[in-house]
Amino acid sequence: MSATPVLALRGVSKRFGAVQVLTDVDLEIHAGEVVALVGDNGAGKSTLVKTISGVHPIDEGVIEWEGRPVQLTKPHDAQNLGVATVYQDLALCDNLDVVANLFLGSELASASVLDEIAMEKRARELLDTLSIRIPSVRIPVAALSGGQRQVVAIARALIGDPKIVILDEPTAALGVEQTAQVLDLVERLRERGHGVILISHNMADVRAVADKVAVLRLGRNNGVFDVADTTHETIIAAITGATDNAVTRRQARTAAKEDAK
Amino acid sequence: MSDLAKTPKSPADAGTDTTTQAPAAAVEGSAAPVPAVDPRLLVREEGLKGYWTEFTRKIRGGELGSLPVVLGLIVIAVVFQLQNSNFLSASSVANIAVYSSGLGIMAVGIVFVLILGEIDLSMGSVAGVGAAVWAGLQVSNGTNEWLAIVLAVLTGTVIGALHGFFFAKIGVPAFVVTLAGFLGWMGLQEWLMGGEGSINTPSGSVVENLTNYFFADKIAAYGLAVLAVAVYLVSLLRDSSRRKAAQLPARPVTEIALRTAVVAVLVLAVAYVMNEPEGARGLPLALVLFLAVLVLADFVARRTVFGRKVFAVGGNAEAARRAGINVDLVRISVFAIAGTLAAFGGLFIASLSGGATKSLGGGNTLMLVIAAAVIGGTSLFGGRGKVWSALLGMIVIQSIQQGLNMIGMSNAIQNMITGAVLLAAVVIDSVSRRTQKTAGRA
Repeated sequence: MSATPVLALRGVSKRFGAVQVLTDVDLEIHAGEVVALVGDNGAGKSTLVKTISGVHPIDEGVIEWEGRPVQLTKPHDAQNLGVATVYQDLALCDNLDVVANLFLGSELASASVLDEIAMEKRARELLDTLSIRIPSVRIPVAALSGGQRQVVAIARALIGDPKIVILDEPTAALGVEQTAQVLDLVERLRERGHGVILISHNMADVRAVADKVAVLRLGRNNGVFDVADTTHETIIAAITGATDNAVTRRQARTAAKEDAK
Repeated sequence: MSDLAKTPKSPADAGTDTTTQAPAAAVEGSAAPVPAVDPRLLVREEGLKGYWTEFTRKIRGGELGSLPVVLGLIVIAVVFQLQNSNFLSASSVANIAVYSSGLGIMAVGIVFVLILGEIDLSMGSVAGVGAAVWAGLQVSNGTNEWLAIVLAVLTGTVIGALHGFFFAKIGVPAFVVTLAGFLGWMGLQEWLMGGEGSINTPSGSVVENLTNYFFADKIAAYGLAVLAVAVYLVSLLRDSSRRKAAQLPARPVTEIALRTAVVAVLVLAVAYVMNEPEGARGLPLALVLFLAVLVLADFVARRTVFGRKVFAVGGNAEAARRAGINVDLVRISVFAIAGTLAAFGGLFIASLSGGATKSLGGGNTLMLVIAAAVIGGTSLFGGRGKVWSALLGMIVIQSIQQGLNMIGMSNAIQNMITGAVLLAAVVIDSVSRRTQKTAGRA
């Protein structure tokens, strides 16, 4: 693992109107590392991801790419750096076919004339190497099932050979076999030296593939754990804030009194 | 695909009973590393029967394509020909072609806007401004006529880009922006025309020739027809051989031959009617220009990065934005294209009516242009459409008007019938879209 993180967030904050969605968030991703980003609904995971992918510009803080600060104001900025994002709502164009969706925004073309044959060939190769099975690469995405759309969306992220891949709830809508395939895919990305940010509510998935778990709670950092030496309960506690409630505070207080005696 | 693809013994379900089993070996014959094919994949059988089953599957799935228009055209031709045997005569067909070209070029612009999922209500007014700018420059100010034409068309580009700017950057709905444009540019047109009610086209000028020049030499129509068929055939063969070289499924030779034959018969029949019968004047320049615009626009829409972006924005603007497409730029460009083609079409209308007037582009011009695109099969809901629908739709409209004129129907009846045809086209669009949704194709 290299010393300088590929991507680092330092003290990032983001507001939507009166709502402070992210407060002072730090995050580091190294090459060849899978960082799981977990937290309850509304913890700010999706917003954090959107700041990294340039959909929402940040209000405060610094985003560093390979050690130097960068401005991410539009999705193109992030893509040019090498950040590929698979959104929860997939963001595919239903009216376009699979090939067109895979290469959307990075079409293969000579003098702005599309090279459909090269695109179709690469699309087939890519889908084959990922063992993705869809009926035809030339049917509109509208005709695909939810799971098939998910794998198309993930495959699309890999077209531009990105350095960081962000997966927002990639397994939420998938069956057993497809989930295993996506997890295989995540491990393959790590082996190839990509940094992966994995957002998931599924602790089994997180523990299966992630190296580190970064917990967000109410828009703030609530701990970064190594998966190898952290228990399931510790992570759950960090997510729900179970370590900080009336019971634990009383325990801490009474323990302090006992010590004082 | 090989003979291995056969129909299953029991149809999978009533809706898609053409499902065929596709064994892994069905794709590239006996080539060793064959990728696994999904068994649910619909594979077209070899031979004519395969085309027929695929065709019926598409119709049932609501993918009607150009079928309603083609059927409509056949009905129109038969009905009017029975009423008046001159309907399919050389002069009548040439009339339809010439009258279709100006409005058809404007309809090409509208097709782009509709693919984007928006509407441009200012087409007629922009056409009027274009004609007024040209007439004012060339006739009243004595500017070089080519310069006047270029400036008139560029005026349309600027106006369209302005609409696009207010729509994309400021966020005003396109409907409202172009409605304001509809009124405002109509005012500008009247102001430009000044005290004069109309400015006649000088005889022998380029604009007069736009719709009045015919290539009397028979070689023009036949040559263009043969050239078109040859280019079509070569592009199909080249595409097919490149796909084979890349080991992708390619069109079989029979399909290429069939397609080329259909195109050749159609194109040569039109060329024949332009050239041979009594009263034929040859190939109209207007039709050549219209076809040139169509071919260019179709290429841009289907084969270029820009066209792909237009379809993407029309299908899902947010997805396009996240894919790194500059959505605002695409929108502004599309409105600029619409404005350009509107002004260009305005020159054709000026040519037909003998000059620029204060009311040129008013009346039902806008409605006919939008109706043509929709009748031709471009969806009002965005993301779906073909540039050629401008040609098909405009031919339908002009054929109806020509036919009704020939059997002496009044203007009032013509409007009612054109309105009914437009409604029918939109109904077909809505119903087929609903069918496509239930068939999982929309």
